[in-house]
Amino acid sequence: MSILVGKNTKLLVQGITGSAGGFHAKQMIEYGTQVVAGVTPGRGGETFEGKVPVFDTVRDAVKKTGANASVIFVPPPGAADAILEGFDAGLELVVCITEGIPVVDMLRVRRVLEGLKGQTRLIGPNCPGIITPGACKIGIMPGHIHKAGNIGVVSKSGTLTYEAVGQLTALGVGQSTCVGVGGDPVAGMDFIDVLEQFQADPDTHGVILIGEIGGAAEEMAAEYIKGNFKKPVAAFIAGTTAPPGKRMGHAGAIISGGKGTASAKIEALLAAGCKLAPNPSEMASTLLAMLKK
Amino acid sequence: MKIHEYQGKQIFAKYGIPVPKGYPAFTVEEAYEKAKQLIAETGSPVTVVKAQIHAGGRGKGGGVKVAKGGAEDAKALAEKILGMQLVTHQTGPEGTKVRRLYIEQGLEMQKEFYLGAVVDRDRRRIVFMASTEGGVEIEKVAAESPEKILTVHVDPATGLMPYQSNQLAFGLGLQAFGKDTPKKFVKFMAALYECFVKEDCSLLEVNPLAVLKNGDVMALDSKINFDDNGEFRHKEWAAIQDRDEEDAVELEAKEAGLNYVSLDGNVGCLVNGAGLAMATMDIIKVFGEKQGVSPANFLDVGGGANQEQVTKAFKMILKSDKVKAIFVNIFGGIMKCDVIANGVVAAAKELGLKVPLVVRLEGTNVELGRKILSDSGLAITAATTMADGAQKIVAAVAGGAK
Repeated sequence: MSILVGKNTKLLVQGITGSAGGFHAKQMIEYGTQVVAGVTPGRGGETFEGKVPVFDTVRDAVKKTGANASVIFVPPPGAADAILEGFDAGLELVVCITEGIPVVDMLRVRRVLEGLKGQTRLIGPNCPGIITPGACKIGIMPGHIHKAGNIGVVSKSGTLTYEAVGQLTALGVGQSTCVGVGGDPVAGMDFIDVLEQFQADPDTHGVILIGEIGGAAEEMAAEYIKGNFKKPVAAFIAGTTAPPGKRMGHAGAIISGGKGTASAKIEALLAAGCKLAPNPSEMASTLLAMLKK
Repeated sequence: MKIHEYQGKQIFAKYGIPVPKGYPAFTVEEAYEKAKQLIAETGSPVTVVKAQIHAGGRGKGGGVKVAKGGAEDAKALAEKILGMQLVTHQTGPEGTKVRRLYIEQGLEMQKEFYLGAVVDRDRRRIVFMASTEGGVEIEKVAAESPEKILTVHVDPATGLMPYQSNQLAFGLGLQAFGKDTPKKFVKFMAALYECFVKEDCSLLEVNPLAVLKNGDVMALDSKINFDDNGEFRHKEWAAIQDRDEEDAVELEAKEAGLNYVSLDGNVGCLVNGAGLAMATMDIIKVFGEKQGVSPANFLDVGGGANQEQVTKAFKMILKSDKVKAIFVNIFGGIMKCDVIANGVVAAAKELGLKVPLVVRLEGTNVELGRKILSDSGLAITAATTMADGAQKIVAAVAGGAK
């Protein structure tokens, strides 16, 4: 009852010896994620927390531990290289948490990703990660607010995802899998890629989709939902009040040349049969009202 | 980050992109000296005096003038332009003060074109756009006659290929200016692409690109926006940033590692996470629009802020005169609620809290955070949800205004 990650996911952590990597590796282990290896070039042979072996390269780590997914906490100058190393090792999933990767680096990463034809999936960068509650947490989200269940969440924003999850859990409703696709202009999986997974997952009964100003990913998702997605979708778009031309925190959250406005996205999603939460406190209740019908 | 035309042209020159000869000037006297120097170097009495501000549309706003009568004429124009409040479609009605000039050689051209490059997010490629409608607002062309804009997308594996530049060259009809002009354009494009990638640009515009009387192609203007994420490998950016063109509060925030954007409203917001920060602005508007209550700022303290950063952020909000109430909205993940609470209390104790404060805390260490706030003795209104908090903040501002 999940997508992409679960009990059988064997995770390696790129940048495990750094402060962020180490902190979150511990949190993921505590949550129950199978963290089988760490990778930091030059630190091979060490052990993290007395139990997780550290390797010099991702290839080594995969060969010795059978890891099939990776999470990246490598700082921006080396992050694109770390992602490509994950691709090269044949991992099924690479999740990049790092914020601040230059867009020209991500254009190259994206080009390589396209050549892999789905053999490896990339989530992020600049994202909270992915969690299947009760089974596997890959990323930086607070595990304790989640609850296993049947609602999928896909979002460009970290804290707004927590907000939606918190609302669902408070109403006693669990989540199948929550995916933060990140707020960068050029990234890995987009809304459509994640929705395709939710569509194929019999245990996901409805989806909360959280978008924000900038780009056209929400409009394209709406187009996909209209023709292909059979489950209820409640959506929220952040940035209705954002002024044009200003980057609102996320590198991708900017209205430029009149494109990427919240109103265009809301219109497209409504036309696709989604319900829009009237305000960000009502994301969960909006979806639950759709499910009851 | 944005830079001035003359700084962009200095970068262009580094890549071999042809630009007119010119010199920046910060005073009228300097403008006069540079004009004299330029006239001596080029042998032509014609110079162009150009206001250097970050906004586009300078020509239409009266910030670009041709001096045909030698250095004296250039000086007279410099006197008019330097220090003026230049109003363009991009500055807003208050305009931007002109603090720098660029004195450039005047050239005779046959035709002007538009050339630009940005990252096409949906195709995940750098896209070059070219149009025969040069020298005007490209947004207008895109809206009214999109067929007049030619585009090519660059595969990052190969880089921009000559055939793609040829598609643009012959699409624009450059062969009409001589058989060498398309070749010169292809060379120009290759250099421009190299510049985009190596300099970590997010936008590059040459408007106009000119074909001169002799068939040469030249960048008569330059507009470069850098991708802020590239800063770590461009130490030179710090020196070319014009701090006068930046919002002082936003700069201060950036230096403290905070994301801050000034807005027109009256509610100060302190939030963790960009999406939640935008959503907080939105919900204030949902409940407060009719009563004239709206956000005064976007502020994302980020996921890993320490207490000093939170204190700094809260102080920045407290210092603003337009702020009539403050809404702190935190969903703690990595960010712990007690860190936020301590930062808010420290700032409020130092500067004094003269406006209503509504706090909504949720997530990691929430109980501890709430206790710190309630033990602080500050007049704080606690909220349970975002909607509850937004309604309380609207009541506080609208009530206070009566």
